[in-house]
Amino acid sequence: MNSDHTIYDSASKISPAIDELREAFKYRELVYQLTRRDILTRYKRSVLGIAWTMLNPLGMMLVLTFAFSKIFRFETAGSYSTFVLSGLIVWNFFSQTTTACMNSLVWGGGLFQRIYIPRATFAISSMFTGVVNWLFSLVPLLAIILVIEKNLPWTVITFPLVLLLLIAFSLGVGLLLSAMGIYFPDVVEMYQIILTAWMYLTPIIYPETVVPDQFLWVFKLNPMYYFVKLFRYAVLDGELPASADLVPAAAFSLVVLVVGWVIFSYKSKEFAYRA
Amino acid sequence: MEPSDHTAAIRLENVSVAYRVPHERIGTLKEYVIRWAQRRVKYEKFLALHNVSLTINRGEIVGLIGHNGAGKSTLLKLISRVLTPTSGRVWVCGKVAPLLELGAGFHPELTGRENIYLNGAILGYTRREMDQKAERIIDFAELGEFIDAPIRTYSSGMWARLGFAVATDSKPDILILDEVMSVGDEAFQRKSEARMRSYFEMGATILLVSHNMDTIEKLCTRAVWLDHGVIKSAGSPQETILEYRGMQLA
Repeated sequence: MNSDHTIYDSASKISPAIDELREAFKYRELVYQLTRRDILTRYKRSVLGIAWTMLNPLGMMLVLTFAFSKIFRFETAGSYSTFVLSGLIVWNFFSQTTTACMNSLVWGGGLFQRIYIPRATFAISSMFTGVVNWLFSLVPLLAIILVIEKNLPWTVITFPLVLLLLIAFSLGVGLLLSAMGIYFPDVVEMYQIILTAWMYLTPIIYPETVVPDQFLWVFKLNPMYYFVKLFRYAVLDGELPASADLVPAAAFSLVVLVVGWVIFSYKSKEFAYRA
Repeated sequence: MEPSDHTAAIRLENVSVAYRVPHERIGTLKEYVIRWAQRRVKYEKFLALHNVSLTINRGEIVGLIGHNGAGKSTLLKLISRVLTPTSGRVWVCGKVAPLLELGAGFHPELTGRENIYLNGAILGYTRREMDQKAERIIDFAELGEFIDAPIRTYSSGMWARLGFAVATDSKPDILILDEVMSVGDEAFQRKSEARMRSYFEMGATILLVSHNMDTIEKLCTRAVWLDHGVIKSAGSPQETILEYRGMQLA
């Protein structure tokens, strides 16, 4: 009467990580629908709509350009504005998507207690929403690079590779945070503090060259250091990614994503026990 | 998979569900870490279900009865896959339609049509399936041209009708009903009852929770009485209800 895929067995021997992967794929239409919902509802009611997504990093850029190129004076190869904007855009993607991942589970969790949905669909769809928003914020960046630097390096075509690694890394972090946020809502608050500290420890508003040599190894343990650097190679410096940066970035992405996915899928069975 | 003698739709084998209730409510990670360092994290186990074994065959209409907090909802949650058992095994064959949450996940800013697709995806349907269902659903929900208006403009009756229409559009193998539904006005109630009845006749397996013993006696082929997480008795509706009532009087 029924094909095998409609059988549910709680004692199934399949590992939860594989099972969650399979279920998330089965519910891919839900991922699409949730992403569509989040993007539509965000822009439907706001007058400026999509412009907000672009204005936020631009505003930051103006303030920081004033503060750090007129007052503190950082030496950067090109203009400071494009330098700081490109860094901020990478950072914003990471901080916004990881926070959104966690929020969608912690606050949208009510649905899980009423109906079965593979838990990862929420995290994945907030990631896709982030990617769409991010692509919008890329438009002003590329425009400003063209205006200020008068040309756009051809290496810009390699940025999807950077984006892919960044998505994998952010999703891994988002899943880990979600697994914790379900148990302890204060993780959401704590993460905001960590994010601020983390941002200042990443060469985003200052160039790597001001970091004293003896501290450089600390920076190399920071995954975000590589993503920011790779992105600037692509859109500003016109260099192809060096393997010294690409390999650690890919390794961090892969490890964090796999660890995040496994922990999340093991823990997700308990989510409904949390009232 | 192995436990498939071909008639079973649902099998529970020694299923227990234990909620861990902390002695004191620990709400934050900070508190938890402090308590853990002081070795003061203690939990009490609350058994919502204790060693429950039950087999429900295809086409059966089973009524669950018992006091509030006896574990009826927990049992339904296990079967609809919302909860994983703490121990034991839950085995379900077929597509489950949980009619506990009609219109779960509806978003007020989206139109009725958009919400049909969203809700359909939550219920696990693919795009292609929803394309086939959409017109039938709109028809059944009697929403007319409102279907392309955001559902924040809907009355609560329209909202419920749409939710019911999406959830019951195609015959599920297993239908889960918590309390007897009353959706919309009288005419729509008759229509929804007719649809339910046609699914009974088409051989869907039904699980029903109700405090109304007449409903259980009228509809069900079997009744299961849960008390404090244990099955007290199971059998013909009349006898089980009699026992249940006797217990209440004693």
